[in-house]
Amino acid sequence: MLTLQDLEKKINSELTTKINSSKISHSQIYINIDAEDVVDVILFLKNNEKTKFKQLIDITAVDYPQNEKRFKLVYLFLSHEYNSRLILECFINEDEVVNSITRIYPAANWMEREVFDMYGIKFKNHPDLRRILTDYGFEGYPLRKDFPLTGHNEVRYSEDDKKVIYEPVKLEQNYRNFDYDSPWEGTKYINKNTKDK
Amino acid sequence: MPKQSKTLNLNFGPQHPAAHGVLRLILELDGEVVEKADPHIGLLHRGTEKLIEHKTYSQAVPYFDRLDYVAPMNQEHAFALAIEKILKIEVPIRAQYIRVLFCEIGRILSHILNITTQALDVGALTPSLWGFEERETLMTFYERVSGSRLHANYFRAGGVHKDLPRGLDNDIAEFIKKFPKIIDDLETLLTDNRIFKQRNVDIGIVTKQDALDYSFSGVMLRGSNVAWDLRKSQPYDCYEQMEFNIPVGTNGDCYDRYLCRIEEMKESIKIIDQCLKNMPKGPVKTMDGKISPPPKKVLKESMEALIHHFKLFTEGYRVDKDEIYTAVEAPKGEFGVYLISDGSSKPYKCKIRAPGFSHLQAMDYLIKGHMLADVPAVLGSLDIVFGEIDR
Repeated sequence: MLTLQDLEKKINSELTTKINSSKISHSQIYINIDAEDVVDVILFLKNNEKTKFKQLIDITAVDYPQNEKRFKLVYLFLSHEYNSRLILECFINEDEVVNSITRIYPAANWMEREVFDMYGIKFKNHPDLRRILTDYGFEGYPLRKDFPLTGHNEVRYSEDDKKVIYEPVKLEQNYRNFDYDSPWEGTKYINKNTKDK
Repeated sequence: MPKQSKTLNLNFGPQHPAAHGVLRLILELDGEVVEKADPHIGLLHRGTEKLIEHKTYSQAVPYFDRLDYVAPMNQEHAFALAIEKILKIEVPIRAQYIRVLFCEIGRILSHILNITTQALDVGALTPSLWGFEERETLMTFYERVSGSRLHANYFRAGGVHKDLPRGLDNDIAEFIKKFPKIIDDLETLLTDNRIFKQRNVDIGIVTKQDALDYSFSGVMLRGSNVAWDLRKSQPYDCYEQMEFNIPVGTNGDCYDRYLCRIEEMKESIKIIDQCLKNMPKGPVKTMDGKISPPPKKVLKESMEALIHHFKLFTEGYRVDKDEIYTAVEAPKGEFGVYLISDGSSKPYKCKIRAPGFSHLQAMDYLIKGHMLADVPAVLGSLDIVFGEIDR
């Protein structure tokens, strides 16, 4: 059986230019690739004799609003045969369309729908890219960092209209987000000054 | 005149007792045969992942109870392990044993609920009445240790909140002595029951390959003859020291999955027994004052302890910048937490991998070509709980 280090080397040598960077941490392999190579790399990982990542565990994304490439798309894989886990990442722009991997793993269907629902990332060749977790007719992408925690709309049953109606969120008190970056650790400018010395 | 046929659209749920929660299932029927199933989920979506991003690590723990609310502590376990791995905390042995003990209680809780409600779905009422009585006893164990029957909030990064109260270990030991008899009673009602078998044998067959492709885990995978259990293959806490077997099915149908769950409960009893017998004395959480609060007694004497206590419950502890995926074998399958920390006291991102999500996704594949009456049977054997699917 290959050790994780060997496996990492093997993947690097087979895919050479497609891998931007790779590392091992917490006994998992982390690989960073470009978004256009997603399908090729995943096909390799699934079918190669030495990797056999037969199971897609999850797909998710992370929002970094300050980055030029805003989203990090993350694929988690598991190989039963070699008992190893792999995390595949790629950075994409806000309006970039990524190839769907539903043809390789049928399980990717709902996972990609969820990423679309939560972050608004679109997938090419997805059979049925609808919202999945949010309400019918929902607007916005809740897990983006610029989406407010309280949301935009609230629902209630209206006695007058005899139906459930949507209204903009009204808060009796603003949501309080305390900043606990504590004075004990010193403010940033003091920290910086002491470190420079 | 040529015969005309037309498919019928049927809306199943979102409020249907056999939907196991708020599932809306849109079925396309040709006569009584299901041609297509389109599950609509998200009716219980509470935005757990978004909320966790706005809470400190210790404030985030209770959200995990509310995912799969049938086996709350198993979820907390995954989150605690993720933080511990990033912070490289050593968990005291006693805490590991307590956590494993309660995870196995959670497994029994979940399996009793599933087996009995599955029986209810196909027409047997008695098992649920008998099973729920036992669940109640198990939940009192939860209550005695954490103060709450369901939403325990008991596991912490670095251990558990409090040690077992006096006498609890004896009561659990007594319970597991009686419990095999109860499993046997349930089995006499179901295992050889003609109606139960007619409704479950050869229904919802999953092949080995499809189980892998659809990201099945837990009993759904083992029912299809894949011997894969994270407690064995990637052991966490003290599972390495436990002796237990992994039951697998052969046909991958609803009946095999039922049998797997029955057998797993028996294995859980073995693990609980070993936990109780081998549990050492000692601390139940890490002694690192930066992570876990100091004991009440010290608090009154030591200035530093007071500061730690105050800081822990206002600011919370900080977690170094890192990213990690940690999974545990929850009763329903692989429950994972993908955590990204940014060095502050709140997670930057916390993705929850719920086993039920991928199981329910396969509904269309599982039910195609079956009769309408098989829908509840298949749904029942999937073991879905909407707390975790909708998050």
